Amino acid sequence: MGNSFVFMLLAVIAVGSAIGMLVSRDAVHSALFLVLNFITIAVFYVVLNAPFLAMVQVTVYAGAIMVLFMFVIMLLGAERLRGMWGDRPSELVFAAFLGFLLVVTFLIALVMEGKTAVSANMIDSSPVALGLRLFEGYVFPFEVVGILLLSAMVGVVILTISNKRGKNV
Amino acid sequence: MTPGQIAIRALIVGFSVSMVMVTGFAYTTLLERKLLARLQHRIGPNRAGYIPLPGKNGGERRLIKGFLQPGADAVKLFLKEDQTPAGVDRFVYNLAPMLAVIPAILILAVIPWAGEITIFGAHFAPYFAIAPGLDVAVLYMLSITSIGVYGVVLAGWASNSKYAILGGIRASAQMISYELAMGMSILIPVMLADSLDLGVIVSQQSGYWYALHIPAAAVFLLAVMAELQRLPFDLVEAEQELSSGFNVEYGGMRFGMFFMAEYMKMVIFSAIAATLFFGGYRGPFVDQLPGLGFFYLFLKIVAGLCMLIWIRASFPRLRYDQLMAFGWKRLLPIAVLNFIIVAVVIVLQQEGIIF
Amino acid sequence: MDFQPPIINLLIVAPLLITMGAGLFLMLLNIFCKRDGVYYWLTLAAIAAALVQNVAMWGHEYGTFIARGSYPMVVSDNFSVFLNSILLLSGIGTLLISRNYLHRTKLERPEFYMLMLFSLSGMMMMGMANDLILVFVALELLSIPLYIMAGLAVSRDDSKESAMKYFLLGAFSSGIFVYGIALIYGATGATALPAVYAVLEAGSPLAMAGTAFLMVGFAFKIGAVPFHMWTPDVYEGAPTVVTAFMSVGAKVAGFAALLRVFTVALPAMSDAWMGALALIAALTLIIGNVVALMQTNIKRMLGYSSIAHAGYLLIGVAAAGQHSEAVGSVLLYMLAYLFTTMGAFGVVIALEHKLGEGIMLEDYKGLAKRNPWLSAAMLVFMLSLTGVPPTGGFSGKFYIFRSAVEANLWWLAIIAIMTSVVSGYYYLRVVFYMYMFDGDRTEPVYAGTALKTGLLIALVGTLWLGFFPAGWFELAYKAVIGTTQLLAGG
Repeated sequence: MGNSFVFMLLAVIAVGSAIGMLVSRDAVHSALFLVLNFITIAVFYVVLNAPFLAMVQVTVYAGAIMVLFMFVIMLLGAERLRGMWGDRPSELVFAAFLGFLLVVTFLIALVMEGKTAVSANMIDSSPVALGLRLFEGYVFPFEVVGILLLSAMVGVVILTISNKRGKNV
Repeated sequence: MTPGQIAIRALIVGFSVSMVMVTGFAYTTLLERKLLARLQHRIGPNRAGYIPLPGKNGGERRLIKGFLQPGADAVKLFLKEDQTPAGVDRFVYNLAPMLAVIPAILILAVIPWAGEITIFGAHFAPYFAIAPGLDVAVLYMLSITSIGVYGVVLAGWASNSKYAILGGIRASAQMISYELAMGMSILIPVMLADSLDLGVIVSQQSGYWYALHIPAAAVFLLAVMAELQRLPFDLVEAEQELSSGFNVEYGGMRFGMFFMAEYMKMVIFSAIAATLFFGGYRGPFVDQLPGLGFFYLFLKIVAGLCMLIWIRASFPRLRYDQLMAFGWKRLLPIAVLNFIIVAVVIVLQQEGIIF
Repeated sequence: MDFQPPIINLLIVAPLLITMGAGLFLMLLNIFCKRDGVYYWLTLAAIAAALVQNVAMWGHEYGTFIARGSYPMVVSDNFSVFLNSILLLSGIGTLLISRNYLHRTKLERPEFYMLMLFSLSGMMMMGMANDLILVFVALELLSIPLYIMAGLAVSRDDSKESAMKYFLLGAFSSGIFVYGIALIYGATGATALPAVYAVLEAGSPLAMAGTAFLMVGFAFKIGAVPFHMWTPDVYEGAPTVVTAFMSVGAKVAGFAALLRVFTVALPAMSDAWMGALALIAALTLIIGNVVALMQTNIKRMLGYSSIAHAGYLLIGVAAAGQHSEAVGSVLLYMLAYLFTTMGAFGVVIALEHKLGEGIMLEDYKGLAKRNPWLSAAMLVFMLSLTGVPPTGGFSGKFYIFRSAVEANLWWLAIIAIMTSVVSGYYYLRVVFYMYMFDGDRTEPVYAGTALKTGLLIALVGTLWLGFFPAGWFELAYKAVIGTTQLLAGG
């Protein structure tokens, strides 16, 4: 019972902050709502018996990515959007319709299946178990992600450095 | 124990620890001012209060002059006019100081203050902390540290002032940069103790302190100083360049909260350093008399604080590009290299190839 | 729990390791060596070595990175060998046609080769991945270097625009793709493709939603309608060699993963995805071909043409839901597409005298007089893209249509034939411009040795596939059997 209360509370915060992020016209406020959303989701993970994931969620998303986001927003100074509904309201309506369809699909899934094939209790999510899984089954993707991040980094470097070079040429 | 009992106990312990910390930080400021003054051949605050002791010849010895200075400061900060500059984003402006203090308090949750102990009939096992036995404690610490940046960034942005935003951006860039090196150096104790639980890391140090792994400890220390934005890494508030950086537009208790966050972080990082590298609450006879743990940790924290103050008094400030170059080109490679070496050595030891 | 290392056979992933390792090596070499030629030859050698190792694996089925009690993470069978060969050939082709171009546009830098190698390994991984997680990682590994390469001409705004568009939309579609993986995991509790197959029941709504999301992710990568919007802009703005590389590589890799995921993991849903893919194919064919009619920029035109070709390929994929032989026709079509597209882009590059100039249809006026060999080659490629016999394009289309008919997708085959006829208009317009007009262009045509070699290979490939398709089809058909046997074995 206590758990479902916590869940409802978190769900309200998560959905509310997500909506807040969309509706807010101020980029910094949007970013803050997103941070709140990320942290709420981290708490979800804790409730779902996955503390490791929760911590990584906070560190990576709230702590690193969103801070850089803030940086970009502040340095570019593109902080405000005009109008409540953006430039093209019709697109918004269409998007809302698609989102509604998705919700309906999930409701149908919920009614038809009742539960999913995985549940939080089935999974051992201690750091040890996670590490073993990462280095037993998923060692290849894990290593490849290293290459992936490296190439992204190379990209950042060459795109910005050649920017400076371009002015000379 | 039922979950309810655990929650109530955590609440009580958490409340008392945070209260101790909130008052304790005030005396950290006094310690800093007095010690710094001594190091600079001054006297320091000596007006507000003292501890009277009977002296020789029936006279009076005045111990720790300026004893009540923190109280006076607090009163001053509370009574000061709390003004808000024009054109600021009010919500974020008010939120920022809170976001600076809250992470500083949150880190307290995982620090082990003493070993297995019974206080007022309540038995604390496996060790005394707000959240004992958390198997991701180190990660928790890192993640809370990483969200500590928001207070600074948002304060800088919301103040609607150029000095403030420059200070805020500098601060966050610095904190993000040094977080990596810090994380890497924290991994060394984690690997040595084979656990992410701070209590286990402490109890594994019964043989020797992990500070003997000098590169790790040194990198950690440097990264912590940068993280705390203490001299020689305090470009964030470089007075000559930015007046006082991200908090320049804040006054009264809002400024006080930034102040509080800074000094609390000093205490907390001293505690973390003690826990990770200097045996935490462990010391002679601590197994027989667990209450000694509090005392040992206190001593180690004070030692850490003194060292931070000493460094502040000794070194000049870096230039900004030097700071970034040092963080990325020196500290991080050293930390990574050290990490690799330690990892390889540990594996070789486990395989019995070397001892 | 103790650590139990998975069963690893590195020889199976050797093509990937060679390309990735070469990329890393070039990165290190970058510190010491500033001569661009070295990077070019090293890259070529690495790709050739990977190709040799890859071909050596033909005829076997391997799995590697097998953790206790689970399925292999990476598999290699005839299907993946065939696709990897196509991809590696596209890498070689790109290198050949890029030699002079990169030099004269001042885009040549070691990072180009490095990123290309990384991207290539991601593409190959797409066809070898036996786990949805790895599919996603491969998807990103192929995409991120491509985003960067599209923006390599930083001084030009259209290149920046192209990179930005590609990146934003690509990141978005990757997000949707991951969501699809999460839903399928939620429905089955597994991410390994054979494991998903073993657990999945038909009609599970969660898995249905997941399948739809995966389809969106793939449709974006292969540029199928309605997720094609990025294609023309990105194709136009990116440096032409990058366009050539991604028009073949990204598309083939996208289809590789699409085929493997849908036929190995999701046959239980085949009713649903067959219909959806057939619909997407029809839309793609119509929109791709009709909009291409109005293009005056040859790169944009080839962009829409690549959308249209994705449509033809999708017919084969849809048919593969019914009988696996259709996969063979898709593979054959890809081979023809590889040679033809590479060749066509080679000609475009030869005419692009300055970055972003000389790529309008106007610039092809009178090419027959200025450079008869080049225009003859272009004629063959355009005929092949249209699907006129005896070119590779015709053989590809022939087998695709046949498999469509065998899968009772009559209506789709009819649409495809009609749109092929329509496509004749815009392809042959290029030929018309080349042969029927007198041009006043005086800009030089840059056809160096490397480019000529590339064009020759493309020409021979196109015609060979056109004249003697049967042998190739047999090969492609064998590539299919491998997949299905592995499926049964899993």
